[in-house]
Amino acid sequence: MQDLASAFATALALIAAGDRSVAQIVLLSLRVSLTALMVAALVGLPLGALLAVTRFPGRRVIVVVLNALMGLPPVVAGLLIYLLLSRSGPLGPLGLLFTPTAMVIAQAVLITPILAALTRQVLEGLWDEYAEQLRSFGASAARAVPTLLWDGRFALLTVLLAGFGRASAEVGAVMIVGGNIEGFTRVMTTAIALETSKGDLPLALALGMILMLIVVAVNVLAQGLRDAAGRWTG
Amino acid sequence: MRAPDTILPLRTDGLGFTAGGVPILADVDLTIEAGAPTLVIGPNGAGKSVLLRLLHGLLAPSAGCVAWDGPAPNPERRQAMVFQRPVLLRRSVLANTLYPLRLARIAGDESEMRARAALSLVGLAALADRPARRLSGGEQQRLALARAAALGPEILFLDEPCASLDPAATRAVEEIVATLAGRGTKIVMTTHDLGQVRRLAGDVVFLHRGRVREHTPAAQFFAAPASAEATSFLRGELLW
Amino acid sequence: MITIMRRTALGAAFALLALPTLAQERSITVASTTSTEQSGLFGHILPIFTRETGITVRVVALGTGQALDVGRRGDADVVFVHDRAAEQRFVSEGFGRERRHVMYNDFVVVGPAADPARVSGGRDTLAALRGIAAAKAPFVSRGDRSGTHAAELRLWQAAGVDPLAGRGQWYREVGQGMGPALNTAAAQNAYILTDRGTWLSFRNRQDLRIAVEGDARLFNQYGLMLVNPEKHPHVKAADGQRFIDWLLSTPGQQAIAGFKIGGEQLFFPNAADAEPVS
Repeated sequence: MQDLASAFATALALIAAGDRSVAQIVLLSLRVSLTALMVAALVGLPLGALLAVTRFPGRRVIVVVLNALMGLPPVVAGLLIYLLLSRSGPLGPLGLLFTPTAMVIAQAVLITPILAALTRQVLEGLWDEYAEQLRSFGASAARAVPTLLWDGRFALLTVLLAGFGRASAEVGAVMIVGGNIEGFTRVMTTAIALETSKGDLPLALALGMILMLIVVAVNVLAQGLRDAAGRWTG
Repeated sequence: MRAPDTILPLRTDGLGFTAGGVPILADVDLTIEAGAPTLVIGPNGAGKSVLLRLLHGLLAPSAGCVAWDGPAPNPERRQAMVFQRPVLLRRSVLANTLYPLRLARIAGDESEMRARAALSLVGLAALADRPARRLSGGEQQRLALARAAALGPEILFLDEPCASLDPAATRAVEEIVATLAGRGTKIVMTTHDLGQVRRLAGDVVFLHRGRVREHTPAAQFFAAPASAEATSFLRGELLW
Repeated sequence: MITIMRRTALGAAFALLALPTLAQERSITVASTTSTEQSGLFGHILPIFTRETGITVRVVALGTGQALDVGRRGDADVVFVHDRAAEQRFVSEGFGRERRHVMYNDFVVVGPAADPARVSGGRDTLAALRGIAAAKAPFVSRGDRSGTHAAELRLWQAAGVDPLAGRGQWYREVGQGMGPALNTAAAQNAYILTDRGTWLSFRNRQDLRIAVEGDARLFNQYGLMLVNPEKHPHVKAADGQRFIDWLLSTPGQQAIAGFKIGGEQLFFPNAADAEPVS
């Protein structure tokens, strides 16, 4: 209990003081996770929508693989990307290992299957409703994809939030490919892991509280947006 | 009138449809000409909706074929359909009307003009910026009609458009249908409302158990139905 | 709709481009150990180096074995670790340029205040290890091929005890860094070998205290190597060498000596020692 109280006090003190290194870590966390979310959304949303509207041989296999990839252990993803980006790996010449870009790649790889699988689920319901009408208008499956993505935008916001949550809470992969370098690739989760390993549990917990606060704030913002717009479109 | 630039008449030859081994429609030979509305009637499960979907191309026939015998090319672009429960996009009334026009690659200015004209026709011009799914049931169906009408189709399929509407909304939809028919749009519509048939029909297609029992001018259908089933149907007796 | 998607795509592309531009400053990557990073040594000396040279040093803190692997793969410019045998292998395999002594500190054996193996207070590490094994008192091992792990295994061997016989019972390998291993030992009231630096900066000691210290066998030498640019041409040899030279120079050695926790010096520069005790 004392640890918890002390963690809470530390968290408040860190926020109140506007601690520069904490602020830097928070900003990097947001930048990395939001960039990863954007990249993953560009691939995952259209892919999920396409899977929702098309029926082709092998589609079920892709759906099963996507669902399985949702459970891809971050450490495994991190290791694969480490080996790819390492100077001795195929993408070594890019020099991306131990950079924020490597962390973006790792998080994007982790959440793309989540976004695609959830998007497919959300849009399949919408497609059931729209399919006949859109085909009556002469819309091809490819043309239906942007329509569904746009009309499902508020449900997809929840999908994006799930992706963001997973990305920002992830530690195993970014630790491996980012290296947790102070002032360069240290994000909230790796900082928490570091403080835990240094035995500074109150500080670790305080950072955890700040991370939760950020995630909650992002969710509240998105939910508010969704509600406001939802009232409009019905 | 459209004169030679037409996709009509629409002809079916031995048209049949089977779903999961169960025959829904069989041996449908129909010719649908330009002119007054054709109303497709029959008891529940007679295959009315399936027939409309086959004609519109939403379903592929299990047997026979659907042929557009007119000289005009691209018949699939000159028809539209409105469903029993209107499928409205989660957008504004105007955006809903614009959607199929944009899909048909009609230029921005013209599509805007046509969309607004169609909304005026159905009396929704003032609600153009409202979210479509906030409209009442009758308004939603009128919007679906406007959306189809904006495309300027030569033939418009209506699948029980008034089935879930109250009498006032039904009257509004019928007025719109009559107006469109008067402007030369061929209407093919299913209904189970005999009053509606009397008010709108030029000719009647009577379906029973997946087969066409009669296809006659409306007046003749009501005056002297040829089949026993049609006679019972007109008397309001239950058919199966 | 399409415009929106295009805009999103453009935004994403810019965001991606923006990340590497931050990496444009002059920098080197150093693979080092958790003991140097987590004790706070780098936080103390690196700003001094950066101020003098304008070179930013990015430290990836791992166990010595992993740090050497990072060097082998060419993912670091300098390796700064503490396992002499492994370091010599690294150099003889051609992955590192010459190995230089830079500083030392010492290991300590810490254990619960209750001291169930009755080894506390002595200076004889080997006797203490034998006592722990005989009492089957819990002992936490890093088990992660780190320098500390290697040192621990050498000590067991010298003591004539095979700890692996107690695996799963009193000998507990956690396969993690020094900090997590200390957390585990604190939670389980176990003995553990730790470097003094991490111990001094460790905050979650609970009932643990130093049991054995001051034994010559607990000496812990740190070495410094430039990753061989002949193996990995992209290695920033000039800037990496600059870092090594600075650490070995008087200002660098003074910076190391100046790092203290609670008034206690943690690392002792010894670049001048040609062949230190080991």
